Amino acid sequence: MSVHLNKNSICVVIGASHAGVNLAFSLRKEGWQGAILLFDKDPEIPYHRPPLSKTYLSSDEGTNLLKSVESYEKDNISLNLGISVSSINRTDKTITLNDGTIQAYDKLVIATGARPIIPPIPGIETAAHVYPMRTVEDVAHIRKALHKSLNKRVVIIGGGYIGLETAASIKKLGGRVTVLERETRILARVTAPEMSNFFMQLHTENGVEMLPNKNVIAIENTKGVNTVVCADGTQYEADIIIVGVGIRVNSELAKEAGLVIENGILVDETARTNDQNIYAIGDCTFHFNPHYNRHVRLESVQNAVDQAKVAAAAICERHPIYDAIPWFWSDQYDVKLQMVGLYEGYNETLIRKEDGESNKFSIWYFKDDTLLAVDAINNAKAYVLGTKFIKDASKIDKSKLMDASIPFKPGDLLI
Amino acid sequence: MAKITFITRDNETIILEGTSGSVMQLAVDNGVPGIDGDCGGVCSCATCHVHVDVGHHLKTGEATEIETDMLELNDYANERSRLCCQIQISDAIDGIVLQVAESD
Ligand SMILES: Cc1cc2nc3c(=O)[nH]c(=O)nc-3n(C[C@H](O)[C@H](O)[C@H](O)COP(=O)(O)OP(=O)(O)OC[C@H]3O[C@@H](n4cnc5c(N)ncnc54)[C@H](O)[C@@H]3O)c2cc1C
Ligand code: FES
Repeated sequence: MSVHLNKNSICVVIGASHAGVNLAFSLRKEGWQGAILLFDKDPEIPYHRPPLSKTYLSSDEGTNLLKSVESYEKDNISLNLGISVSSINRTDKTITLNDGTIQAYDKLVIATGARPIIPPIPGIETAAHVYPMRTVEDVAHIRKALHKSLNKRVVIIGGGYIGLETAASIKKLGGRVTVLERETRILARVTAPEMSNFFMQLHTENGVEMLPNKNVIAIENTKGVNTVVCADGTQYEADIIIVGVGIRVNSELAKEAGLVIENGILVDETARTNDQNIYAIGDCTFHFNPHYNRHVRLESVQNAVDQAKVAAAAICERHPIYDAIPWFWSDQYDVKLQMVGLYEGYNETLIRKEDGESNKFSIWYFKDDTLLAVDAINNAKAYVLGTKFIKDASKIDKSKLMDASIPFKPGDLLI
Repeated sequence: MAKITFITRDNETIILEGTSGSVMQLAVDNGVPGIDGDCGGVCSCATCHVHVDVGHHLKTGEATEIETDMLELNDYANERSRLCCQIQISDAIDGIVLQVAESD
């Protein structure tokens, strides 16, 4: 009998966030008859991560759960929280939990995601109120520290999406925010200079001090007040420091178990690792993208959800192929950024501005005549159109694309 | 309190009651098939697409610009389409019937 039809089969999932939780529910939908066990070291009922730096930080709304508690019961998914998995034993097909318990599996899914990098800046260990931004607990700490602080001076190290979203939210909460970015521009690793300039201006207009070219070399702490010291000699006082300089993949468990690791856990087009009973999904994977014809590691909800669905289908012997165009969004103040595609390798950007609306435009990334990616500001139409063009590998008439008087309709923009 | 009826892609009828929050959240919390709400309700994923039944249109109001833009090239969109993360639950929508839209 196929393993997925056997009531005695056990699927163990390490990590119960966007990837792991979606995998569990998809597995039931695909007809997995046996047990499904989710393990996560985070004690919270699994929640949406993107709101953490956005509405969850800036309002009292509370978390958005990925699924209600009853949903897990209804689909007979066993949710084991506050439990960390300490090793995988592939020969016995078991995992070991932090309390020493051994749990057998028939199929194992690694959905361990990533953790924030805390850079080895001298003094960072002893500084007061230094927080990353990845979990509900991190946000709880930040909110509490902010509430208690008189001066509410917040220094954010790192001008990436998470740093900028956090800046916007803390501004909304009445904090005084400085963003220190090491590179010559914010968002340097993820977008074109024009987009960096737009966000630079947006945050400046909203009263955030935006400082590129600031390499933090030390944090000094005197009487509970931090001084952040930069390589150029400048110093910034901070009651709270938020670190948003990127992530490191949680691939140690997989590595120790002898699975192949490259820039993340290496998986095939069905999300399977080099062990036929072990799959990996979400932020922790390094996988092949057929459309862009190369291996990628992504940090997005889209990738976590779509790869989870593929793995679930594969475990239930349906031979899917992961072939998705990546997409992502970011919300800051009342600006919505939507991105589709992968822009690496572009040699031309075109900017389409909509008539009379300064906060509505889109950047189109081309490699010669091939559209690679689109970043759309307050412009969902550009985003969906870009998605379609990339999927269909459409040949676009660039001068028409740039002409805002030509309607944003697929037929009107093609060669 | 609002009573909301969902008709799934398999023509199953699911009747739910809610007092606050979005219709998407109510559907996700109760496992309505076809309403995924992957982006958490910020109009970024379009996995909460429904058709408001004829006659209930006035109760839910018109789709906002971003909703229609997100559905611009969706083969299953029509003039009764909404992204239900953008419909807030209140007494005003009591009794509405929503059809979960098809997707590729
Ligand atoms: C503040 C913030 C804002 C974001 N905004 C956006 C956005 O707007 N749009 C977007 O698309 N994406 C956004 N992202 C990225 C998105 O949240 C991630 O891509 C997504 O969470 C990846 O899901 P995952 O399940 O692969 O990994 P994770 O969410 O990292 O989950 C991994 C889980 O595994 C658990 N775990 C790890 N190791 C172990 C172990 N040994 N034992 C037990 N449990 C373990 C962890 O506790 C964690 O819960 C944001 C991320 C953050 C942090
Ligand atoms: S939940 Fe994503 S668009 Fe409605």
